Amino acid sequence: GEINKTDQHQYYNEWIFGLEKGSKRIAAMMATSYNAKEEDGHHSGASSHGAAGVVKSKKPDNTAFKQQRLPAWQPILTAGTVLPAFFVIGLIFIPIGIGLYVSSNNIKEFEIDYTGVDISNPCYSCAKNFSWNSTTPCVCSMNFTLEQPFESNVFMYYGLSNFYQNHRRYVKSRDDSQLNGDQSALKNPSKECEPYRTSDGLPIAPCGAIANSLFNDTLELYHIDSNNTRNTIPLVKKGIAWWTDKHVKFRNPGENLTAAFQGTNKPVNWRKPVYELDPSDPDNNGFINEDFIVWMRTAALPTFRKLYRIIQKKSNTTPTLPSGKYVLEITYNYPVLSFDGRKRMILSTISWMGGKNPFLGIAYITVGSICFFLGVVLLIIHHKYDTRSNSADIPN
Amino acid sequence: MTWRSPLALVREALRGQRAREKDLRNLASNLPYEGLEKGKQPNRYFPGNAIKTTKYTLLLFIPMNLFEQFHRLANIYFVGLAILNFVPVVNAFQPEVALIPICVILCLTALKDAWEDFRRYQSDRKLNNTPCLIYSRKEKQFVERRWKDVRVGDFVRVVCNEIVPADLLLLHTSDPSGVCHIETSNLDGETNLKLRRTMSGLCISHPVFEPESFNSVVVCEKPNNNLNHFKCYAEKPDKEKVGAGIESLLLRGCTVRNTDHAVGFVVYAGHETKSMLNNNGPRYKRSKLERKLNINVFFCVILLFTMCLIGALGHFLWLQALPVVPPFLVPDSNGHLDSPSLSGFYMFFTMIILLQVLIPISLYVSIELVKIGQIFFITNDIDLYDEDTDSRVQCKALNITEDLGQIEYIFSDKTGTLTENKMVFRRCSIMGTEYPHKENAIRLAVLEEPESEEDIIFDHVPQPPNTRWSLDTEDTNPEDTQHHHGSWRKSKVAGTAQSNVAFSSPLETEVIPDRKLLQQISRAESSSSSSQKIDPYLDFFLALAICNTVVVSMATAQRQRTSESLHSRQTNNPLNTLSNLVKKPGSLHRIFTFWQRKPKRNRTISEDSVTEGDDFNPPVKTEEPGDINGLQTCSLYAPSQCNMPATTSDNLSYEAESPDEAALVYAAKAYGFTLLARTHDSVTVRLPSGEDLVFEVLDTLTFDPIRKRMSILVRHPITKKFVLYTKGADYAIMELLGTPYAEHLSGSQKNIAADTQHHLDCYAKEGLRTLCFTKKIVSDKMYESWLVNRRRALAAIDNREELVMDTAVQLETNLSLLGATGIEDRLQESVPDTIVALREAGIQVWVLTGDKPETAVNIGYACRLLEDEDLVINMSCKNKLTCTSILDCTLEEVRRYSEDPRNVDTTQDISLVIDGRTLTMALSSDLQDRFVDLAKRCRSVLCCRVTPLQKSRVVKVVREKLKVMTLAVGDGANDVNMIQAADIGIGISGQEGMQAVMASDFAISRFRHLKKLLLVHGHWCYTRLANMIIYFFYKNVAYVNLLFWYQFFCGFSGTAMIDYWLMIFFNLFFTSVPPIMFGIMDNDVSAEMLLGVPELYRMGQGAGAYKFSTFWVSMLDAFYQSLVCFFIPYLAYQDSDIDVFTFGTPLNTISLFTILLHLSIEIKAWTVIHWVIILGSVVLYFIVTLAYSGLCITCNPPSNPYWILQSQMADPMFYLICILTTVVALLPRYIFHVLRNSIAPSPLAQARHLDRLDPSTKSELIKEWRSFRGGGQVKRSRLSTPPSPTLETPVDIHLQSPISSDVMGDEFILNVITENYQRPLHT
Repeated sequence: GEINKTDQHQYYNEWIFGLEKGSKRIAAMMATSYNAKEEDGHHSGASSHGAAGVVKSKKPDNTAFKQQRLPAWQPILTAGTVLPAFFVIGLIFIPIGIGLYVSSNNIKEFEIDYTGVDISNPCYSCAKNFSWNSTTPCVCSMNFTLEQPFESNVFMYYGLSNFYQNHRRYVKSRDDSQLNGDQSALKNPSKECEPYRTSDGLPIAPCGAIANSLFNDTLELYHIDSNNTRNTIPLVKKGIAWWTDKHVKFRNPGENLTAAFQGTNKPVNWRKPVYELDPSDPDNNGFINEDFIVWMRTAALPTFRKLYRIIQKKSNTTPTLPSGKYVLEITYNYPVLSFDGRKRMILSTISWMGGKNPFLGIAYITVGSICFFLGVVLLIIHHKYDTRSNSADIPN
Repeated sequence: MTWRSPLALVREALRGQRAREKDLRNLASNLPYEGLEKGKQPNRYFPGNAIKTTKYTLLLFIPMNLFEQFHRLANIYFVGLAILNFVPVVNAFQPEVALIPICVILCLTALKDAWEDFRRYQSDRKLNNTPCLIYSRKEKQFVERRWKDVRVGDFVRVVCNEIVPADLLLLHTSDPSGVCHIETSNLDGETNLKLRRTMSGLCISHPVFEPESFNSVVVCEKPNNNLNHFKCYAEKPDKEKVGAGIESLLLRGCTVRNTDHAVGFVVYAGHETKSMLNNNGPRYKRSKLERKLNINVFFCVILLFTMCLIGALGHFLWLQALPVVPPFLVPDSNGHLDSPSLSGFYMFFTMIILLQVLIPISLYVSIELVKIGQIFFITNDIDLYDEDTDSRVQCKALNITEDLGQIEYIFSDKTGTLTENKMVFRRCSIMGTEYPHKENAIRLAVLEEPESEEDIIFDHVPQPPNTRWSLDTEDTNPEDTQHHHGSWRKSKVAGTAQSNVAFSSPLETEVIPDRKLLQQISRAESSSSSSQKIDPYLDFFLALAICNTVVVSMATAQRQRTSESLHSRQTNNPLNTLSNLVKKPGSLHRIFTFWQRKPKRNRTISEDSVTEGDDFNPPVKTEEPGDINGLQTCSLYAPSQCNMPATTSDNLSYEAESPDEAALVYAAKAYGFTLLARTHDSVTVRLPSGEDLVFEVLDTLTFDPIRKRMSILVRHPITKKFVLYTKGADYAIMELLGTPYAEHLSGSQKNIAADTQHHLDCYAKEGLRTLCFTKKIVSDKMYESWLVNRRRALAAIDNREELVMDTAVQLETNLSLLGATGIEDRLQESVPDTIVALREAGIQVWVLTGDKPETAVNIGYACRLLEDEDLVINMSCKNKLTCTSILDCTLEEVRRYSEDPRNVDTTQDISLVIDGRTLTMALSSDLQDRFVDLAKRCRSVLCCRVTPLQKSRVVKVVREKLKVMTLAVGDGANDVNMIQAADIGIGISGQEGMQAVMASDFAISRFRHLKKLLLVHGHWCYTRLANMIIYFFYKNVAYVNLLFWYQFFCGFSGTAMIDYWLMIFFNLFFTSVPPIMFGIMDNDVSAEMLLGVPELYRMGQGAGAYKFSTFWVSMLDAFYQSLVCFFIPYLAYQDSDIDVFTFGTPLNTISLFTILLHLSIEIKAWTVIHWVIILGSVVLYFIVTLAYSGLCITCNPPSNPYWILQSQMADPMFYLICILTTVVALLPRYIFHVLRNSIAPSPLAQARHLDRLDPSTKSELIKEWRSFRGGGQVKRSRLSTPPSPTLETPVDIHLQSPISSDVMGDEFILNVITENYQRPLHT
């Protein structure tokens, strides 16, 4: 062991000197421009030529890199030097903040909780009498009024609270290969799907806890016009999922869905198999069902919303959702009350910054103001102290 | 091979084991058994000469390497975590991925090990296959074999310049006297030739050696690693024992020189050879920073556990609060849910896996890389390169670079460390008469003086102006001298010629004889009948020439080194050009004129020098004894002597083990006593008369540190008397004096001993090294009886050293004093400057020397260790009682002194001078606290007459009692203990061999290099590494806390919102290089500034930049930043449709920016490399992440990275959040830095300010700063060198004046001296 240490040491040395050879070229390049500046020059020319005759001199190269004299920018953070930065930050942030705040405020959002916690809530009975196995769907309707008309496209979300889609074991309880249409994964899903991997001896498609807990309420929206007729508002279900998810990540195992899913079982909590999710549109079935895809993108936080439908703008003249009375008809399938969860329906217009969230605007304004304020403080400090360091006498 | 039972094999193995373990080994020649199978060989139990330094074998590499690597705690932690990943209950996302980091690290280390091992294997193979000559009985001659074929018991023949393959007992050499020279530079770096002689008493036929006739059994000791010690004896068939020691052993790895061939008997082979046993590699010290770092790692572990506990508890409570089983709670595979408490328990481990990065494992790897980089820069520093020896600074300890920046105490050796260890003969005293050698002193002064001129002169005028060289004014204006002296010290970059051969420069070799002494000698020569040759003067010079171990080697001998040094001298040695100049006709005045006048004079002519001298004598006598004329006379009188060096040094060169010896031999030569040749049993000396005397050397009683003297016993060729010449330290000689020498001087009846002692004291006060010379005539009878004892002692195998020493002591009694010499050991260049700088840097400098107090104090003043205005306390006492009381009252005095308000604003400092004996008492357990307390208050401490053991003891006591960082610097074997005891040991590769260097952590070639090594590299290494480590902790905590905060929003379930691969990459690639670069390359203050303002070094002492407060502040900052980095995105994305990993992407990006920009705030100097690496890291992050999320569709579930970053980057919110968060996260630190730099800038920040100014104002401001800060430092800018005693104090006055010193006259000395230390006559 002792001997080896020496060798190792020599080794390091060799390594170091070897490295030196490698870097020689670069260093030399750097040095050529730099050496000219050196006055003393370290008589490198004469002596090294003389000594290089027989034995290679161990003299280190007099290069800027090896002598640690690379030209360097040495910023010193003092009040005087950073002053402008603070004012600039302040001047940039405050307008951005105002812009964000205004555009957030322009977003119209309406939210209604239909969990049915109170007796007064129309969905109270549905929430109370829930069971996964019931065959007759429980339907409840909620009335609401939009005070202001919603212009442009309106996005309809369902929101869940206290639903931990980000639970570690829940998050990983899926098989992406299966969802990507992989045949072998379809027949033999990943272990991660346990205990929602097989039922009755057949593999579950789609397997796992996420799929099993698919949100299955159906929401329908009606506008009640002045003469009290209920007009169905057309809800578009295309385009609610990420394009890449729909077209790349999620794929059906075959063209003929019924055949493709032969030999698999539906998830335990589901009423219909995966290939019958959307009876109205055959292209929206199987793994590429958009509602399913949206659900499979597990939410980051326990209170979240997921895009449900899009209400498309009809024309430029009429608002997408005029102000007035509306009815939300819910087919109440999804139980959340038992674990103190909440369900909401959200209608929101959208801007370049996404949904309504005044936080960022306020934050920008605040930070911008703070920076501006700090700039002023530093200005004072600069006047008080920096004169001293400029005249470069040294205190104490 | 016949089959043998396993039992027999085991028995055989056991017997072999026993044979190897035995204290004494019996070795017989292999020749009678040649060709027999192995089982019959007598030496079969001893290993062969093949060496194997590889660690691994091809087959077992993987298991052995893994085993090796798992000795590291960090790796075990890593593997433990990896295994934990596979435990099902912890629910790791992808257990396999967790293996990647550990596998990468293990593989890299294994690759490195394998490569190193392969290189070792190659070098082993090369060594093992080196050819050598082994005697074969079959062929009756030496046949060529390989090194690996050499076995114990073989006869090996080595020829000149060949490397010895194994440890050989020398039996025969081509030299008729049976000596062989070896060079051991491969082994210990000592370059002087060493003499080895054949084992005497084994009748070996000359001139041809017959190995087959060797029938003795060699009995030797068990192999050990002591290079200077070996015991063995050969037992002849007739049971007669012949002893031999290290002087008959040729060590493996040595090179044979000056000898045509030699034959040896292999006693140790392969791994049992002394050189292999000695091969202990670099030292692995733990640096102070690393010790602190480990404490902080421990804090991190605590933090990790706390966080995991919070996670576990949180999970438990969260589960408890759930009324029913919600759909998002996934049961086991069998549909069963664990109870909340059990889940909480499991969650603890899940959390450990999740938050494992908090323990900065990569930190250790990074630190290693950083240190390699730092060492690279240190070894490549051109300022630490010594032109003369062609050596760079060597870093032997690889992991304590940063300790260089924290030194508080330096313990320095004197000789060879502070001084050149190149001796110049200055004065001598013979029979109580002082010969001041004034001319020589002047010559030295002149030689030293014009060098600076010369540098300049040669640039402008090829011919030096005569005026500068004029010696007409002997009383050269001292101030003027002083001035130039200083400039010389500065301008002399190349230094004096320091080739490996001692004394290549004329400065040391040429001695101008003293006029009076020359006359004295010539009188002695003429008066004493040529047959008798008995005269104290002649004896004195004979002793000078003989009593040493100097080897005369001819310049014609092929020694590459010599030619090298000659070469280098021609190219860049100012001294040499000077001496050329000196020889130029007309360029000099009288003193040198004889060179011109008699340029062709050679040795044959010199024989009639005496008569010639006589011719010149009359004018001498008539002339006024003026100095100028004296000089002239001298040169006229002794042309031959003066000429000798010039003519003989062409083919005569002296190789001495110690430079003193060479100086003395050269001095003798100057007086005409030329050492012509030395063999094992004879010494040839040429007398001034030209007569060659061949002395038979009967014995040499070598120098040892206990006796402190050496003697040589010769037989006078004319009188045939046995004469013992002894030289040694004065106190080692004075107590052995017997009858005064001079019967024929009885008339004057001088007390020679007292006078000489008086002179010795004066020499010591001048800082000269003193040696006494004595002679003793041994009667035949006495010699006979002594010889018997001596033989017995030499043959002894136990206690041989003691016995041999006893015989030496027996003989060395009743000596008659001849005289004494004073040799100057000049200070190395820039030593005072370095010491002052080190002291300003807040480092206490202690000098530990074996010299007498007077010499030491003088050197102390010369190197500005002691200042004129200092309060010097001398401590010297004989018994412990007085020592205690002195210590107490001194301490009291010093306390009172330092508390005295009158002394507050004076810059007077206290220095302590203590001698070895007092030191021993002061360091005894009951007094050492008081001593350390006293020493702590002293600015510098000078310990005189200390032994190597005491040196290390002092270091240990100070280090342990004061809890300070210590550095020991030394150059000789006597410093090894000290070097090893200190936190950092620095060896100076000088004249005294390489033991110190071998034991050291860093090896430098000049003392002045210490300044840059500590002040610049130490500071840099320390601040760089400390800042990097703190940054590393910050980085990990800031990143990991993101995951922790997320736990509050995922039911403490251990979810990571960042893709696992990206998390690994984040630490492995995106943020690993910038801190390493930071640790290697950051320059907080320029080298120029650090050297100019040594006070900046104080920043690193004590806790320095790496305090616990710094650590905790950065931890707090990390917490704050992670909170910002998490909660701003959280609030921005609250109640939106964002998914887990889309949420994680901006978080990851933000923390990348925050972490890198945080580093940017810390980086003090941005070079191209910094920009490239920082920007490169950002670019790499985006490229890798984009590629990963663009290509990975179904890989790495459940993170679904596909197209996440792309979609995020298409969203303006992403950028807005990133910008805002980064700004908010870094704002406090930025503001903190700004405020601190503006309101209360640290000295470092001020230095940085100064750094940016242009050079002229900068230097002006530095000066201003210095004068403002340190009181007494203004003087330093004038850079005065020590006053040369000769020039300042005329010798005559000096001699007449009583001891009441001129040096200490105006100081305040505390009267605590019980014994007048200035007369250390030990009885």
